[in-house]
Amino acid sequence: MGGAVMHHPAGRAGFLGTLRSEFTKIRSVRSTYWTLLALVIACVGIGALFSWGQTQRLMRISGGTTLRGRPLPPGAVAGAVAHVAAEIRSSAASISLFGLLIGQLIIIVLGALVITSEYSTGMIRTSLSTMPRRGTIFAAKGVVFGAVALVTGLVTSFLAFFVGQAILSTQHVSTTLGQPDVPRTVIGGGLFLAVCGLLSFGLGMVLRHTAGAIATGIGLMFVLWILSGFLPGPPSGWFGQADIDKWIPFNAGSTIWEHQANGINPFSPWIGFGVFCGYAAAAIIAGLFLFRKRDA
Amino acid sequence: MIEARSLTKRYGDTLAVDNLSFSVEPGKITGFLGPNGAGKTTTMRLILGLDRPTRGTVTVNGKTLEHLAWPMREVGALLDAKAVHGGRSAYNHLLCLAQTNNLSEHRVDEVLALAGLKDVARKRSKGFSLGMGQRLGIAAALLGDPAILMFDEPVNGLDPEGILWIRNLMKALAAEGRTVFVSSHLMSEMENTADHLIVIGRGRLIADCTVDEFIAANSRQTVRVRTPQPDQLAKLAAAAGGTVRDDGDGVMIVQGLVPAQVGDLAFENSIRLHELAPAHASLEQAFMELTASSVEFHAGIPDDRPRHPAHAGKVA
Repeated sequence: MGGAVMHHPAGRAGFLGTLRSEFTKIRSVRSTYWTLLALVIACVGIGALFSWGQTQRLMRISGGTTLRGRPLPPGAVAGAVAHVAAEIRSSAASISLFGLLIGQLIIIVLGALVITSEYSTGMIRTSLSTMPRRGTIFAAKGVVFGAVALVTGLVTSFLAFFVGQAILSTQHVSTTLGQPDVPRTVIGGGLFLAVCGLLSFGLGMVLRHTAGAIATGIGLMFVLWILSGFLPGPPSGWFGQADIDKWIPFNAGSTIWEHQANGINPFSPWIGFGVFCGYAAAAIIAGLFLFRKRDA
Repeated sequence: MIEARSLTKRYGDTLAVDNLSFSVEPGKITGFLGPNGAGKTTTMRLILGLDRPTRGTVTVNGKTLEHLAWPMREVGALLDAKAVHGGRSAYNHLLCLAQTNNLSEHRVDEVLALAGLKDVARKRSKGFSLGMGQRLGIAAALLGDPAILMFDEPVNGLDPEGILWIRNLMKALAAEGRTVFVSSHLMSEMENTADHLIVIGRGRLIADCTVDEFIAANSRQTVRVRTPQPDQLAKLAAAAGGTVRDDGDGVMIVQGLVPAQVGDLAFENSIRLHELAPAHASLEQAFMELTASSVEFHAGIPDDRPRHPAHAGKVA
């Protein structure tokens, strides 16, 4: 260049370029691949194990004993086998997706890292001085991570489903995508993982700290769910335990992939999932608000 | 062109930048000088929009950074060479930055070559030495071929070869007509590179002048004189308009008089001189004295030299 006068192309740096940039960022660090690999292995592996456990349960019963090996009265065996087989068959899809319970924790790690690693490394300062429009960076980051999480979540969910059904089919208790509610359950598994990740992404932006965001994400998704099983509900006649339980993030979100309503969970699948998306949206909106307002 | 107007930034109780107004002009290297903690980095963060000013404005080519159409094509900055994700290769680091401003992969290769990083382009930057990291940061700043460049303490921790490379690069960039704004806490570094100086202390503007003006105003000519009759000579020199400092052991430093005047005074009053020599206060010392009152944290080193707050020249 000959002087201080520069000729720039028309238009301005915007969303599309930033989208490509964020995709380059996520694909160029190893942690992405390790985390996604761990997600697939955990979900498929645990789903397979759980499906195998169900077939063992059925085999014990048809062999005339309970799961713990106590003998069943001879006249009750056929009825028990039919009952348990029907129970397994009706929830065969969600049995094969049981690994999502652990998978959600792994996608929480990746969702947080996408944003907190920029803060822990200082990269955020470099990113913001090249693309100072914060809303654009935040949106591009969210879209790229959301897309990666959704694609991986769907692949994971379908893989876990097919592996689980293959195992369940050995005892003829598997289901197929042609059965009612099964496609929703399997697709729902992928959606659930993606929204878990986005919830954690929002938390990561709010907290800007890897360990803090992951701990909070796991606390919201896992610890609250466990506590809800242990703690007594409020005094009866006030409002019931189920009224609180159904709002617990995991309970609300997992309605979409839990084929069988589990009693404490009166939300219908899409309503429950909608509530869960609401939590994620709250975290993301809080993150965006703080990102735009705070010093980097 | 960078313009700050009444720029003020407060962090809690700390006033990091206090009502700072200055402009950085194209075609020269403007040194941004001040002791550690003076607010240099904060000012640069404000220019880049990383922090929002509490009061006042700072613009780049008349706009805040957020409103520039192509930020990287207008301003490139090296604030902290370690502000990269160490798990990403040098190439991918530069590529992800380039893509935000629609810059080509070809340009990424160009700056990698320019910064001498071609051979390590595919290596993860966490293994880089300090000098290589600094080169990567400079490559990032140059990506958009911007007319304005900012470097925060670019030579910190570099070996002599690296320091020379950065100095020559800055000079070449300024010679091409670009605005180069470089911060340092070392006057000696600025003496070698800068054309213009903006000096701050405790967030306030202390001086905004050319390097030559700064030297003329602050490196005071003094006379070193040794005599067995210091008290007598001190009185006479003071009466003649000089400022006298007793350096002990019969040595006095006289400021405000030339050696001939001191010699004549002694001769006319029959005072014996054992030594008479002109002396320069070093620029580094001038800078230290100028900013002494504005250093945020004084180290507990005993120092009985009197302080001379310099107010000569274009001092704001």
